[in-house]
Formats: sequence, C-alpha cells, structure tokens
Amino acid sequence: MVLDVVIFYAAAVIAVFGAVMMIMQRNPVASVMYMIVSLVAQAILYIQLNAMFVGALLIIVYAGAILVLFLFVIMLLNLRGERFEGERPKMSLAAKYFLVVIFFLEVAMIVREMAFTGPISGIMTAAPAGFGDVKPVAEILFTKYIYPFELTSVLLLVAIVGAVIMAKREKTGETEETL
Amino acid sequence: MIPITHYLILSALLFSVGAAGVIISRNLIIVFMSIELMLNAANLSIIAFSRYLNLMDGHVFVFLVLTVAAAEAAVGLAIIITIFRRRGSINVDHFNLLKR
Repeated sequence: MVLDVVIFYAAAVIAVFGAVMMIMQRNPVASVMYMIVSLVAQAILYIQLNAMFVGALLIIVYAGAILVLFLFVIMLLNLRGERFEGERPKMSLAAKYFLVVIFFLEVAMIVREMAFTGPISGIMTAAPAGFGDVKPVAEILFTKYIYPFELTSVLLLVAIVGAVIMAKREKTGETEETL
Repeated sequence: MIPITHYLILSALLFSVGAAGVIISRNLIIVFMSIELMLNAANLSIIAFSRYLNLMDGHVFVFLVLTVAAAEAAVGLAIIITIFRRRGSINVDHFNLLKR
C-alpha cells in the first residue's frame, strides 16, 4: 500500500518534470529525450493501473517508433537550438502562463466536483485476475471492437500514402534545394 | 489504492503542460510533441477510468488512440518537412499565410 503511493508520486513527479523540461528546451533533440523520460513514467503509471499490455505498447510505439521518427526528422532538417529572439511574440509570456494556469485550475475544479459530489466515489476496487493482460484485451479487441480495429488499418494506409505524397520532393520548378 | 482523483488531476496537469507547450513554444517540432503529450494525458485518464470501472474497453480505446497518434506523427512530420523545405524555418510565427 505504501509502496503504491510512493511509486505513484515518484512516477507522477517524473512525468510532469519530463513534460515541463520538454517544452522548456531550446534544442529539439533534448526535448525528445525529456519526452521519452515523461513517457516511461507514464508507462509505469499504466502498469500500476493493471494496464500491462497498453503500458508496454506505449513504450514500444511511442518511445520506440514515434519519437525516433521525430529524431529522424530533426536530424534530417539539421535543426539546432534555434533562437527566435529577433521578432517579438504577439502575446507576452506572462499572459500565456496565466492562461495555462487558469486552464489547469478549471480542469482540476471539474475533476474535484465530479469526484466528491458526483456518482464517482473515487476509490478503486481490487482488479479481477488477469485484468489488462494481453489475452483479455485481445479478446475484446478482436470481437467487440473488430470493426474499429479493421478501420485502423485503413487509417494507417491513408497516413502512409499521405506522408509519402506530402514529403516527396517535387520534380518540376524550385531549383533551390534547402534540404 | 490511489483514488482515481489523483490520476485525473495528474492527467489534467500533463494536459495543461502540453497546452502550455503549444501556446508558449515557437519551435514547430516542440509544438507537435506537446500535442502528442496532450493525447497521452487523455490516455492516462482513460486508463484510470478503465481500471476504476474494471472494464477493459478503455484499453482498446487507448490502443486506437496510439494508432491515431502514430498516423498523426507520420503526416504531421511530413508537413513539417514540406514547410521547412519551402520556407527554411520552423518558427511557428512565420507561418501566417492564412492570416494575410
């Protein structure tokens, strides 16, 4: 029980720390690294919530594939820590932070209202055996949600075609090569 | 057991950090990663509710959201490459064609 609380708070602090450092970095590569830190902490939280399969998937798909794709693009574009000091932003930084804090307080208030007065008592009961393992999740995925699952393949196909068409170098015109 | 409220607050916090990244950062790639972070924050609350209700349907939703995130990353990064090739910059403030 105590271990649960310790793990939760450690993972939560690391997740938020990684996220904050991610948006603070000037160098996009460092930003990607902090994002991975945040994602691993979130995967720990998933596993604590008995979502073994999805937690593993988060690390494999996000840290292993999506963020590597980000790294590829950053290195392809040869980006370094670019400074955007020259032009002034239209909105001051303090105003932006203020907006974000207000937004967080609003969401937190919604959660608080819902949790303490609504139908949700907030206390979790013990999970049934095998909850969140690969087999039960796959059983639901391939029976109840078979059509959304099949549609996913169409989505991925469209994404592949779109990405290839979008990033393809145009043959005609444009003699200047920035890449 | 940790009450579900803690997870929801954490999810809101992560989502707010992601929103902050979108508003504050002027690097297009970091903006894009912040969007991914917001997707993940939503995933965390889905997983928490799924555990709370002891229903595994939420895991399937998160699975689908991960797929959408992968597709989004592929297309979005292709757009970023195209933009960089045309304008030579990834500063978000430079992309104001629609506002003119």
